Amino acid sequence: MVLIIAEHSNGKLRKSSLELVQAGRELAESLGGDPVGVVLGENVTEVANELARYLPQVKLVDDPALAEVRAQTWTTAVSELAKTNSSQAVLFSAGRTGLSVAPRVAIRLNAPLLEDVTSLEVEGGKVAATRLAYLSRVTERVRARTLPVVISVKPNIFGLPSPGAEGSVEQVPVQFDANDQRVKVSEKRKPSGERVALEEASVVVSGGRGVGGPEGFENLVEPLAQALGAGIAATRAVVDAGWRPYSEQVGQTGKTVAPDLYVALGVSGAVQHLSGMNRSKVVVAINKDADAPIFKAADYGIVGDVNQLVPELTRAIEEEGS
Amino acid sequence: MKIVTILKQVPDAEARLRPAPEGVDLSGVSFVIDGMDEYGVEQALRIREGGTEAEVVALALGPARFEEAIRTALAMGADRAIHIETDSRLDPISQARVLAKVIEQEGADLVMVGGKQADWDSSALGPAVAEALGWPHSDWTTGMELREGSLTTVHDADEGTERLEMPLPAVITTQQGLNEPRYPTLPNIMKAKRKELRKTSLEEVGGAEALVELVGESLESRERRNVMLDGDPTEAVRELVRRLRDEAKVLAK
Repeated sequence: MVLIIAEHSNGKLRKSSLELVQAGRELAESLGGDPVGVVLGENVTEVANELARYLPQVKLVDDPALAEVRAQTWTTAVSELAKTNSSQAVLFSAGRTGLSVAPRVAIRLNAPLLEDVTSLEVEGGKVAATRLAYLSRVTERVRARTLPVVISVKPNIFGLPSPGAEGSVEQVPVQFDANDQRVKVSEKRKPSGERVALEEASVVVSGGRGVGGPEGFENLVEPLAQALGAGIAATRAVVDAGWRPYSEQVGQTGKTVAPDLYVALGVSGAVQHLSGMNRSKVVVAINKDADAPIFKAADYGIVGDVNQLVPELTRAIEEEGS
Repeated sequence: MKIVTILKQVPDAEARLRPAPEGVDLSGVSFVIDGMDEYGVEQALRIREGGTEAEVVALALGPARFEEAIRTALAMGADRAIHIETDSRLDPISQARVLAKVIEQEGADLVMVGGKQADWDSSALGPAVAEALGWPHSDWTTGMELREGSLTTVHDADEGTERLEMPLPAVITTQQGLNEPRYPTLPNIMKAKRKELRKTSLEEVGGAEALVELVGESLESRERRNVMLDGDPTEAVRELVRRLRDEAKVLAK
Protein backbone atom coordinates (compact mmCIF):
# COMPACT_ATOMS: atom_id res chain seq x y z
CA MET A 1 0.00 0.00 0.00
CA VAL A 2 1.19 3.47 -0.89
CA LEU A 3 0.01 6.24 1.47
CA ILE A 4 -0.52 9.62 -0.15
CA ILE A 5 -0.52 12.41 2.44
CA ALA A 6 -2.75 15.13 1.04
CA GLU A 7 -2.62 18.77 2.12
CA HIS A 8 -5.38 21.30 1.89
CA SER A 9 -5.88 25.02 2.04
CA ASN A 10 -9.18 26.81 2.64
CA GLY A 11 -11.08 23.53 2.44
CA LYS A 12 -9.62 22.55 -0.94
CA LEU A 13 -6.95 20.06 -1.90
CA ARG A 14 -3.69 21.72 -2.81
CA LYS A 15 -2.57 21.37 -6.42
CA SER A 16 0.66 19.76 -5.21
CA SER A 17 -1.44 17.09 -3.46
CA LEU A 18 -3.20 16.25 -6.70
CA GLU A 19 0.21 15.83 -8.34
CA LEU A 20 1.07 13.58 -5.42
CA VAL A 21 -1.97 11.43 -6.26
CA GLN A 22 -0.54 11.00 -9.76
CA ALA A 23 2.91 10.09 -8.39
CA GLY A 24 1.31 7.72 -5.84
CA ARG A 25 -0.83 5.96 -8.43
CA GLU A 26 2.22 5.32 -10.62
CA LEU A 27 4.31 4.13 -7.68
CA ALA A 28 1.56 1.82 -6.40
CA GLU A 29 1.29 0.28 -9.84
CA SER A 30 5.03 -0.51 -9.87
CA LEU A 31 5.16 -1.68 -6.26
CA GLY A 32 2.01 -3.74 -6.61
CA GLY A 33 -0.04 -2.16 -3.83
CA ASP A 34 -3.05 0.14 -3.61
CA PRO A 35 -2.75 3.91 -3.52
CA VAL A 36 -4.52 5.17 -0.41
CA GLY A 37 -5.14 8.84 0.32
CA VAL A 38 -4.77 10.38 3.77
CA VAL A 39 -6.47 13.58 4.92
CA LEU A 40 -5.54 15.13 8.27
CA GLY A 41 -7.29 18.08 9.88
CA GLU A 42 -10.34 19.24 11.77
CA ASN A 43 -13.72 19.32 10.00
CA VAL A 44 -12.21 18.23 6.72
CA THR A 45 -14.70 15.63 5.50
CA GLU A 46 -15.22 17.66 2.34
CA VAL A 47 -11.51 17.48 1.53
CA ALA A 48 -11.58 13.70 2.04
CA ASN A 49 -14.59 13.46 -0.30
CA GLU A 50 -12.73 15.53 -2.89
CA LEU A 51 -9.70 13.23 -2.64
CA ALA A 52 -11.96 10.16 -2.96
CA ARG A 53 -12.82 11.28 -6.47
CA TYR A 54 -9.24 10.35 -7.42
CA LEU A 55 -8.46 7.36 -5.22
CA PRO A 56 -10.33 4.13 -4.34
CA GLN A 57 -9.65 4.56 -0.62
CA VAL A 58 -9.19 7.57 1.63
CA LYS A 59 -8.35 7.51 5.34
CA LEU A 60 -9.55 10.54 7.24
CA VAL A 61 -8.22 11.57 10.64
CA ASP A 62 -10.52 14.36 11.80
CA ASP A 63 -9.33 15.62 15.17
CA PRO A 64 -9.08 19.00 16.94
CA ALA A 65 -5.39 18.19 17.56
CA LEU A 66 -4.93 18.51 13.79
CA ALA A 67 -6.59 21.91 13.44
CA GLU A 68 -3.17 23.38 12.75
CA VAL A 69 -0.42 21.69 10.76
CA ARG A 70 2.14 20.67 13.37
CA ALA A 71 5.03 18.35 12.63
CA GLN A 72 4.61 16.09 15.64
CA THR A 73 0.86 15.49 15.44
CA TRP A 74 1.21 14.80 11.73
CA THR A 75 4.13 12.44 12.38
CA THR A 76 2.08 10.44 14.89
CA ALA A 77 -0.98 10.24 12.63
CA VAL A 78 0.95 9.27 9.50
CA SER A 79 3.21 6.78 11.29
CA GLU A 80 0.21 5.07 12.92
CA LEU A 81 -1.55 4.75 9.56
CA ALA A 82 1.63 3.49 7.89
CA LYS A 83 2.13 0.85 10.58
CA THR A 84 -1.44 -0.41 10.80
CA ASN A 85 -1.67 -0.65 7.01
CA SER A 86 1.83 -2.13 6.51
CA SER A 87 2.55 0.60 3.97
CA GLN A 88 5.42 0.15 1.54
CA ALA A 89 5.71 3.83 0.78
CA VAL A 90 4.54 7.12 2.33
CA LEU A 91 4.37 10.10 -0.01
CA PHE A 92 4.51 13.77 0.92
CA SER A 93 4.63 16.82 -1.27
CA ALA A 94 7.99 18.58 -0.80
CA GLY A 95 6.60 21.94 0.36
CA ARG A 96 7.40 23.39 3.77
CA THR A 97 5.01 20.96 5.50
CA GLY A 98 6.17 17.80 3.73
CA LEU A 99 9.85 18.64 4.13
CA SER A 100 9.24 19.16 7.84
CA VAL A 101 7.16 16.06 8.55
CA ALA A 102 8.67 13.43 6.19
CA PRO A 103 12.05 13.20 8.02
CA ARG A 104 10.27 12.70 11.36
CA VAL A 105 8.11 9.94 9.89
CA ALA A 106 11.23 8.28 8.41
CA ILE A 107 12.86 8.23 11.86
CA ARG A 108 9.66 6.95 13.49
CA LEU A 109 9.30 4.13 10.92
CA ASN A 110 13.04 3.47 10.75
CA ALA A 111 12.67 3.96 7.02
CA PRO A 112 14.88 5.52 4.35
CA LEU A 113 13.89 8.98 3.12
CA LEU A 114 13.97 10.01 -0.54
CA GLU A 115 13.66 13.75 -0.34
CA ASP A 116 12.43 16.33 -2.82
CA VAL A 117 12.51 13.86 -5.71
CA THR A 118 11.90 14.70 -9.35
CA SER A 119 11.23 11.13 -10.56
CA LEU A 120 10.40 7.74 -9.03
CA GLU A 121 11.03 4.21 -10.26
CA VAL A 122 10.95 0.72 -8.83
CA GLU A 123 14.01 -1.40 -9.59
CA GLY A 124 14.16 -5.00 -8.33
CA GLY A 125 11.62 -4.22 -5.64
CA LYS A 126 13.55 -1.16 -4.44
CA VAL A 127 12.42 2.41 -4.86
CA ALA A 128 14.85 4.65 -6.74
CA ALA A 129 14.58 8.35 -7.46
CA THR A 130 16.36 11.29 -8.99
CA ARG A 131 16.87 14.49 -7.07
CA LEU A 132 19.03 17.58 -7.20
CA ALA A 133 22.13 18.31 -5.14
CA TYR A 134 24.88 20.94 -4.89
CA LEU A 135 22.53 23.91 -5.30
CA SER A 136 20.67 22.11 -8.06
CA ARG A 137 23.80 21.87 -10.18
CA VAL A 138 23.98 18.07 -9.92
CA THR A 139 21.33 15.42 -10.50
CA GLU A 140 21.80 12.44 -8.25
CA ARG A 141 20.23 9.06 -8.50
CA VAL A 142 19.46 7.46 -5.16
CA ARG A 143 17.96 4.16 -4.08
CA ALA A 144 16.28 3.26 -0.81
CA ARG A 145 17.81 0.10 0.62
CA THR A 146 14.64 -1.08 2.33
CA LEU A 147 10.87 -0.79 2.42
CA PRO A 148 8.89 0.98 3.68
CA VAL A 149 10.27 4.17 2.22
CA VAL A 150 9.26 7.77 2.95
CA ILE A 151 9.28 10.08 -0.05
CA SER A 152 8.77 13.80 -0.61
CA VAL A 153 7.98 14.80 -4.18
CA LYS A 154 8.94 18.16 -5.68
CA PRO A 155 5.85 20.13 -6.75
CA ASN A 156 5.19 20.85 -10.44
CA ILE A 157 6.96 17.72 -11.71
CA PHE A 158 4.16 15.16 -11.86
CA GLY A 159 1.06 16.02 -13.85
CA LEU A 160 -2.48 16.22 -12.54
CA PRO A 161 -4.51 13.01 -12.28
CA SER A 162 -7.81 12.36 -13.95
CA PRO A 163 -10.69 11.55 -11.57
CA GLY A 164 -11.54 7.85 -11.16
CA ALA A 165 -14.51 6.01 -9.70
CA GLU A 166 -15.86 7.37 -6.43
CA GLY A 167 -13.72 5.93 -3.63
CA SER A 168 -14.57 5.22 -0.01
CA VAL A 169 -13.75 7.47 2.93
CA GLU A 170 -12.95 5.81 6.24
CA GLN A 171 -12.65 7.76 9.48
CA VAL A 172 -9.69 6.55 11.52
CA PRO A 173 -9.12 7.59 15.14
CA VAL A 174 -5.56 8.37 16.27
CA GLN A 175 -4.45 8.94 19.87
CA PHE A 176 -2.26 12.01 20.36
CA ASP A 177 -0.34 12.46 23.59
CA ALA A 178 0.81 15.65 25.28
CA ASN A 179 4.25 15.34 23.67
CA ASP A 180 2.71 15.52 20.22
CA GLN A 181 1.07 18.78 21.13
CA ARG A 182 3.96 20.66 22.70
CA VAL A 183 4.22 23.13 19.84
CA LYS A 184 1.51 25.80 19.81
CA VAL A 185 0.80 27.93 16.78
CA SER A 186 0.13 31.28 18.44
CA GLU A 187 -0.16 33.45 15.34
CA LYS A 188 -0.49 33.03 11.59
CA ARG A 189 0.25 35.59 8.94
CA LYS A 190 -0.83 34.84 5.44
CA PRO A 191 0.34 36.86 2.48
CA SER A 192 -2.30 39.39 1.53
CA GLY A 193 -4.50 38.85 -1.50
CA GLU A 194 -5.40 35.78 -3.47
CA ARG A 195 -1.91 35.18 -4.75
CA VAL A 196 -0.78 31.91 -6.29
CA ALA A 197 1.46 29.90 -3.91
CA LEU A 198 4.96 30.33 -5.27
CA GLU A 199 6.10 26.71 -5.14
CA GLU A 200 2.93 25.50 -6.82
CA ALA A 201 2.64 28.24 -9.44
CA SER A 202 2.89 27.09 -13.04
CA VAL A 203 4.09 30.57 -14.01
CA VAL A 204 6.45 32.68 -11.90
CA VAL A 205 7.48 36.28 -12.50
CA SER A 206 10.57 37.30 -10.58
CA GLY A 207 12.24 40.65 -10.08
CA GLY A 208 15.85 41.48 -9.31
CA ARG A 209 17.60 44.73 -8.43
CA GLY A 210 17.22 45.76 -12.05
CA VAL A 211 13.54 46.62 -11.50
CA GLY A 212 14.79 49.61 -9.53
CA GLY A 213 12.95 49.46 -6.21
CA PRO A 214 9.72 48.43 -4.44
CA GLU A 215 7.79 50.54 -6.96
CA GLY A 216 9.31 48.46 -9.75
CA PHE A 217 7.54 45.46 -8.26
CA GLU A 218 4.27 47.36 -8.01
CA ASN A 219 4.44 48.85 -11.48
CA LEU A 220 6.15 46.10 -13.48
CA VAL A 221 6.30 42.72 -11.73
CA GLU A 222 2.82 42.66 -10.19
CA PRO A 223 0.85 43.68 -13.32
CA LEU A 224 2.70 41.11 -15.45
CA ALA A 225 2.16 38.42 -12.80
CA GLN A 226 -1.50 39.38 -12.70
CA ALA A 227 -1.81 39.08 -16.49
CA LEU A 228 -0.12 35.67 -16.45
CA GLY A 229 -1.84 34.35 -13.31
CA ALA A 230 1.65 33.94 -11.91
CA GLY A 231 3.32 33.74 -8.53
CA ILE A 232 5.73 36.55 -7.62
CA ALA A 233 9.36 35.89 -6.76
CA ALA A 234 12.37 38.00 -5.85
CA THR A 235 16.12 37.63 -5.67
CA ARG A 236 18.11 37.72 -2.47
CA ALA A 237 19.41 41.23 -3.17
CA VAL A 238 15.83 42.48 -3.41
CA VAL A 239 14.82 40.78 -0.16
CA ASP A 240 17.99 42.00 1.61
CA ALA A 241 17.13 45.52 0.47
CA GLY A 242 13.72 45.12 2.09
CA TRP A 243 11.75 45.64 -1.11
CA ARG A 244 9.95 42.30 -0.84
CA PRO A 245 9.29 39.74 1.93
CA TYR A 246 11.58 36.79 2.45
CA SER A 247 8.73 34.40 1.58
CA GLU A 248 9.10 35.46 -2.06
CA GLN A 249 12.82 34.77 -2.29
CA VAL A 250 13.86 32.15 -4.81
CA GLY A 251 17.34 30.64 -4.67
CA GLN A 252 19.80 28.83 -2.46
CA THR A 253 18.56 30.40 0.76
CA GLY A 254 14.98 30.79 -0.40
CA LYS A 255 12.47 28.64 -2.21
CA THR A 256 12.97 26.39 -5.20
CA VAL A 257 10.43 26.55 -7.96
CA ALA A 258 9.88 24.50 -11.11
CA PRO A 259 7.16 26.28 -13.08
CA ASP A 260 6.34 25.85 -16.78
CA LEU A 261 7.38 29.45 -17.34
CA TYR A 262 9.78 31.62 -15.32
CA VAL A 263 10.06 35.27 -16.30
CA ALA A 264 13.12 37.00 -14.81
CA LEU A 265 12.98 40.80 -14.86
CA GLY A 266 16.16 42.71 -14.03
CA VAL A 267 17.64 39.54 -12.55
CA SER A 268 21.40 39.16 -13.08
CA GLY A 269 21.44 35.39 -12.52
CA ALA A 270 23.84 34.59 -9.67
CA VAL A 271 24.47 30.86 -9.11
CA GLN A 272 22.54 31.07 -5.85
CA HIS A 273 19.46 32.36 -7.65
CA LEU A 274 19.76 29.93 -10.56
CA SER A 275 19.80 27.02 -8.09
CA GLY A 276 16.25 27.93 -7.08
CA MET A 277 14.78 28.18 -10.56
CA ASN A 278 16.76 26.10 -13.00
CA ARG A 279 14.15 23.33 -13.06
CA SER A 280 11.79 25.78 -14.76
CA LYS A 281 10.70 24.40 -18.11
CA VAL A 282 10.95 27.68 -20.04
CA VAL A 283 12.90 30.73 -18.86
CA VAL A 284 12.51 34.27 -20.17
CA ALA A 285 15.00 36.97 -19.18
CA ILE A 286 14.75 40.72 -19.64
CA ASN A 287 17.78 42.70 -18.51
CA LYS A 288 19.60 45.77 -19.75
CA ASP A 289 22.99 44.13 -19.21
CA ALA A 290 23.71 41.95 -22.24
CA ASP A 291 26.42 40.12 -20.26
CA ALA A 292 24.14 39.12 -17.36
CA PRO A 293 24.56 35.38 -16.63
CA ILE A 294 20.76 34.96 -16.61
CA PHE A 295 20.79 34.98 -20.43
CA LYS A 296 22.86 31.78 -20.47
CA ALA A 297 20.15 30.13 -18.37
CA ALA A 298 17.31 31.51 -20.49
CA ASP A 299 15.34 30.19 -23.44
CA TYR A 300 14.36 33.66 -24.60
CA GLY A 301 16.14 36.87 -23.77
CA ILE A 302 15.61 40.51 -24.52
CA VAL A 303 18.32 43.06 -23.75
CA GLY A 304 16.65 46.31 -22.81
CA ASP A 305 15.00 48.54 -20.26
CA VAL A 306 12.44 46.76 -18.09
CA ASN A 307 10.49 50.01 -17.67
CA GLN A 308 9.85 50.06 -21.39
CA LEU A 309 9.61 46.34 -22.19
CA VAL A 310 7.58 44.98 -19.29
CA PRO A 311 4.48 47.18 -19.74
CA GLU A 312 4.53 46.25 -23.44
CA LEU A 313 4.80 42.58 -22.52
CA THR A 314 1.97 42.88 -19.98
CA ARG A 315 -0.28 44.48 -22.62
CA ALA A 316 0.61 41.83 -25.18
CA ILE A 317 -0.15 39.03 -22.71
CA GLU A 318 -3.48 40.66 -21.78
CA GLU A 319 -4.40 40.85 -25.47
CA GLU A 320 -3.45 37.17 -25.81
CA GLY A 321 -5.84 36.25 -23.03
CA SER A 322 -8.76 38.35 -24.22
CA MET B 1 22.25 26.02 29.23
CA LYS B 2 24.05 24.07 26.55
CA ILE B 3 23.56 24.88 22.88
CA VAL B 4 24.78 22.46 20.24
CA THR B 5 25.16 23.91 16.80
CA ILE B 6 25.46 21.39 13.94
CA LEU B 7 27.81 22.25 11.08
CA LYS B 8 28.57 21.08 7.60
CA GLN B 9 31.31 22.03 5.22
CA VAL B 10 30.11 22.46 1.64
CA PRO B 11 31.52 23.50 -1.73
CA ASP B 12 31.63 27.25 -2.19
CA ALA B 13 28.58 28.35 -4.20
CA GLU B 14 30.82 29.74 -6.93
CA ALA B 15 33.00 26.62 -7.11
CA ARG B 16 33.11 24.96 -10.48
CA LEU B 17 31.95 21.35 -10.33
CA ARG B 18 33.32 18.98 -12.94
CA PRO B 19 31.84 15.74 -14.20
CA ALA B 20 33.85 12.58 -13.55
CA PRO B 21 33.20 8.95 -14.51
CA GLU B 22 32.24 8.05 -10.95
CA GLY B 23 30.16 11.15 -10.32
CA VAL B 24 31.07 14.73 -9.59
CA ASP B 25 34.74 15.62 -9.15
CA LEU B 26 35.19 17.80 -6.06
CA SER B 27 38.99 17.86 -6.13
CA GLY B 28 40.33 21.38 -6.25
CA VAL B 29 36.97 22.79 -5.13
CA SER B 30 37.10 25.30 -2.28
CA PHE B 31 34.94 24.44 0.72
CA VAL B 32 33.30 26.73 3.25
CA ILE B 33 31.14 26.43 6.36
CA ASP B 34 27.55 26.05 5.18
CA GLY B 35 25.92 29.49 5.09
CA MET B 36 22.69 28.31 6.70
CA ASP B 37 24.62 26.71 9.58
CA GLU B 38 26.38 30.03 10.20
CA TYR B 39 23.04 31.57 11.16
CA GLY B 40 22.75 28.89 13.86
CA VAL B 41 26.22 29.59 15.26
CA GLU B 42 25.51 33.32 15.27
CA GLN B 43 22.18 32.86 17.04
CA ALA B 44 23.77 30.66 19.72
CA LEU B 45 26.43 33.31 20.32
CA ARG B 46 23.78 36.03 20.57
CA ILE B 47 21.91 34.01 23.19
CA ARG B 48 25.13 33.75 25.21
CA GLU B 49 25.96 37.41 24.72
CA GLY B 50 22.42 38.38 25.65
CA GLY B 51 23.06 37.40 29.26
CA THR B 52 21.99 33.76 29.27
CA GLU B 53 24.67 31.56 30.75
CA ALA B 54 25.32 29.25 27.85
CA GLU B 55 27.99 26.97 26.49
CA VAL B 56 28.09 26.79 22.70
CA VAL B 57 29.31 23.49 21.29
CA ALA B 58 29.92 23.04 17.56
CA LEU B 59 29.21 19.52 16.32
CA ALA B 60 30.05 18.08 12.92
CA LEU B 61 29.81 14.67 11.26
CA GLY B 62 31.94 14.32 8.15
CA PRO B 63 35.39 13.83 6.65
CA ALA B 64 38.67 15.29 7.96
CA ARG B 65 38.35 18.42 5.81
CA PHE B 66 35.31 19.50 7.88
CA GLU B 67 37.82 20.68 10.50
CA GLU B 68 38.19 23.97 8.65
CA ALA B 69 34.47 24.73 9.02
CA ILE B 70 34.62 23.74 12.69
CA ARG B 71 37.52 26.15 13.22
CA THR B 72 35.45 28.88 11.59
CA ALA B 73 32.69 28.28 14.15
CA LEU B 74 35.23 28.32 16.99
CA ALA B 75 36.68 31.57 15.60
CA MET B 76 33.20 33.07 15.50
CA GLY B 77 32.98 32.32 19.21
CA ALA B 78 31.82 28.74 19.88
CA ASP B 79 33.36 27.43 23.13
CA ARG B 80 34.44 24.00 21.96
CA ALA B 81 33.77 21.47 19.23
CA ILE B 82 33.20 17.78 18.57
CA HIS B 83 34.05 16.23 15.23
CA ILE B 84 32.74 12.76 14.41
CA GLU B 85 35.16 11.98 11.63
CA THR B 86 34.03 9.65 8.85
CA ASP B 87 34.36 9.22 5.12
CA SER B 88 31.14 7.17 4.99
CA ARG B 89 28.40 8.65 2.90
CA LEU B 90 25.38 8.67 5.17
CA ASP B 91 21.94 10.03 4.37
CA PRO B 92 20.35 12.69 6.64
CA ILE B 93 18.23 10.10 8.48
CA SER B 94 21.20 7.94 9.50
CA GLN B 95 23.28 11.04 10.28
CA ALA B 96 20.49 12.35 12.50
CA ARG B 97 20.57 9.21 14.65
CA VAL B 98 24.34 9.51 15.16
CA LEU B 99 24.16 13.22 15.95
CA ALA B 100 21.25 12.66 18.35
CA LYS B 101 23.35 10.22 20.38
CA VAL B 102 26.11 12.79 20.87
CA ILE B 103 23.57 15.53 21.64
CA GLU B 104 22.02 13.29 24.29
CA GLN B 105 25.42 12.54 25.82
CA GLU B 106 26.13 16.27 25.92
CA GLY B 107 22.84 16.95 27.67
CA ALA B 108 22.03 19.83 25.32
CA ASP B 109 18.99 22.09 25.79
CA LEU B 110 18.92 23.60 22.34
CA VAL B 111 20.15 22.46 18.92
CA MET B 112 20.71 24.78 15.97
CA VAL B 113 21.11 23.45 12.44
CA GLY B 114 20.95 25.02 8.99
CA GLY B 115 17.57 24.85 7.28
CA LYS B 116 18.99 23.36 4.11
CA GLN B 117 22.53 22.25 3.34
CA ALA B 118 24.17 23.38 0.12
CA ASP B 119 25.82 20.04 -0.74
CA TRP B 120 23.04 17.47 -0.51
CA ASP B 121 20.25 20.06 -0.97
CA SER B 122 18.42 18.54 1.96
CA SER B 123 16.40 20.11 4.73
CA ALA B 124 15.79 16.82 6.55
CA LEU B 125 18.55 16.92 9.14
CA GLY B 126 16.89 19.27 11.64
CA PRO B 127 13.47 17.58 11.80
CA ALA B 128 15.14 14.13 11.81
CA VAL B 129 17.45 15.06 14.72
CA ALA B 130 14.43 16.44 16.60
CA GLU B 131 12.47 13.22 16.09
CA ALA B 132 15.47 11.05 17.04
CA LEU B 133 15.69 13.04 20.28
CA GLY B 134 11.92 13.11 20.78
CA TRP B 135 11.99 16.95 20.82
CA PRO B 136 9.86 19.59 19.13
CA HIS B 137 11.34 21.64 16.31
CA SER B 138 10.89 24.90 14.48
CA ASP B 139 12.01 24.86 10.87
CA TRP B 140 12.82 27.71 8.45
CA THR B 141 13.20 29.95 11.48
CA THR B 142 13.57 33.68 10.89
CA GLY B 143 13.12 34.89 14.46
CA MET B 144 13.50 33.44 17.94
CA GLU B 145 13.22 34.53 21.52
CA LEU B 146 14.28 32.51 24.50
CA ARG B 147 12.23 32.64 27.70
CA GLU B 148 12.40 30.63 30.92
CA GLY B 149 12.50 27.06 29.62
CA SER B 150 10.63 27.89 26.46
CA LEU B 151 11.03 29.38 23.03
CA THR B 152 9.03 31.58 20.73
CA THR B 153 9.96 31.40 17.07
CA VAL B 154 8.76 32.87 13.81
CA HIS B 155 9.05 30.51 10.87
CA ASP B 156 7.97 30.17 7.26
CA ALA B 157 5.05 27.85 6.61
CA ASP B 158 3.57 26.88 3.26
CA GLU B 159 1.26 29.86 3.46
CA GLY B 160 2.91 32.86 5.05
CA THR B 161 4.55 32.80 8.45
CA GLU B 162 3.62 31.40 11.86
CA ARG B 163 4.61 32.19 15.40
CA LEU B 164 5.36 29.01 17.38
CA GLU B 165 5.65 28.45 21.13
CA MET B 166 7.50 25.40 22.37
CA PRO B 167 9.23 24.11 25.48
CA LEU B 168 12.94 23.34 25.66
CA PRO B 169 14.75 21.21 24.73
CA ALA B 170 14.13 21.90 21.06
CA VAL B 171 15.72 21.91 17.61
CA ILE B 172 15.80 25.06 15.49
CA THR B 173 16.57 25.06 11.79
CA THR B 174 17.96 28.39 10.73
CA GLN B 175 17.98 30.47 7.61
CA GLN B 176 18.57 33.87 6.16
CA GLY B 177 16.67 36.61 7.95
CA LEU B 178 17.36 35.24 11.44
CA ASN B 179 20.48 37.36 11.90
CA GLU B 180 23.62 38.58 10.17
CA PRO B 181 26.49 36.20 10.98
CA ARG B 182 29.71 37.86 12.13
CA TYR B 183 33.08 37.43 10.47
CA PRO B 184 35.77 35.89 12.65
CA THR B 185 38.41 38.47 13.58
CA LEU B 186 42.12 37.66 13.37
CA PRO B 187 42.60 37.53 17.18
CA ASN B 188 39.62 35.21 17.43
CA ILE B 189 40.99 33.01 14.66
CA MET B 190 44.22 32.71 16.66
CA LYS B 191 42.29 32.03 19.87
CA ALA B 192 40.23 29.35 18.11
CA LYS B 193 43.37 27.31 17.52
CA ARG B 194 43.66 26.73 21.25
CA LYS B 195 40.03 25.78 21.79
CA GLU B 196 39.07 22.18 22.41
CA LEU B 197 38.22 20.20 19.26
CA ARG B 198 37.45 16.65 20.33
CA LYS B 199 37.79 14.07 17.57
CA THR B 200 35.77 10.92 17.66
CA SER B 201 34.86 8.29 15.08
CA LEU B 202 31.60 6.90 13.80
CA GLU B 203 32.48 3.54 15.39
CA GLU B 204 33.09 5.17 18.77
CA VAL B 205 29.63 6.70 18.79
CA GLY B 206 27.98 3.41 17.84
CA GLY B 207 28.23 3.34 14.03
CA ALA B 208 25.54 3.85 11.45
CA GLU B 209 24.28 2.25 8.29
CA ALA B 210 23.21 4.18 5.24
CA LEU B 211 19.53 3.74 4.46
CA VAL B 212 19.85 5.28 1.02
CA GLU B 213 22.54 4.49 -1.54
CA LEU B 214 23.84 6.86 -4.16
CA VAL B 215 23.62 5.18 -7.55
CA GLY B 216 24.96 7.93 -9.75
CA GLU B 217 25.60 11.65 -10.14
CA SER B 218 25.66 13.81 -13.21
CA LEU B 219 25.97 17.52 -13.78
CA GLU B 220 22.61 19.08 -14.38
CA SER B 221 22.62 20.23 -17.95
CA ARG B 222 19.33 21.63 -19.05
CA GLU B 223 19.49 22.63 -22.65
CA ARG B 224 18.20 26.15 -23.09
CA ARG B 225 17.21 27.64 -26.39
CA ASN B 226 19.25 30.80 -25.69
CA VAL B 227 17.30 32.78 -28.30
CA MET B 228 18.00 36.50 -28.07
CA LEU B 229 15.23 38.68 -29.44
CA ASP B 230 16.42 42.04 -30.58
CA GLY B 231 15.30 44.96 -32.64
CA ASP B 232 12.53 47.38 -31.84
CA PRO B 233 11.18 46.77 -28.29
CA THR B 234 7.60 46.40 -29.47
CA GLU B 235 8.60 43.87 -32.10
CA ALA B 236 10.84 41.99 -29.66
CA VAL B 237 7.94 41.68 -27.20
CA ARG B 238 5.50 40.53 -29.92
CA GLU B 239 8.03 37.97 -31.09
CA LEU B 240 8.53 36.78 -27.50
CA VAL B 241 4.80 36.28 -26.99
CA ARG B 242 4.50 34.49 -30.33
CA ARG B 243 7.33 32.13 -29.44
CA LEU B 244 5.99 31.47 -25.93
CA ARG B 245 2.65 30.58 -27.49
CA ASP B 246 3.69 28.63 -30.60
CA GLU B 247 7.19 27.33 -29.92
CA ALA B 248 7.44 26.82 -26.17
CA LYS B 249 3.68 26.32 -25.83
CA VAL B 250 3.49 27.84 -22.37
CA LEU B 251 0.72 30.32 -23.19
CA ALA B 252 -2.80 29.13 -23.80
CA LYS B 253 -3.98 29.98 -27.31
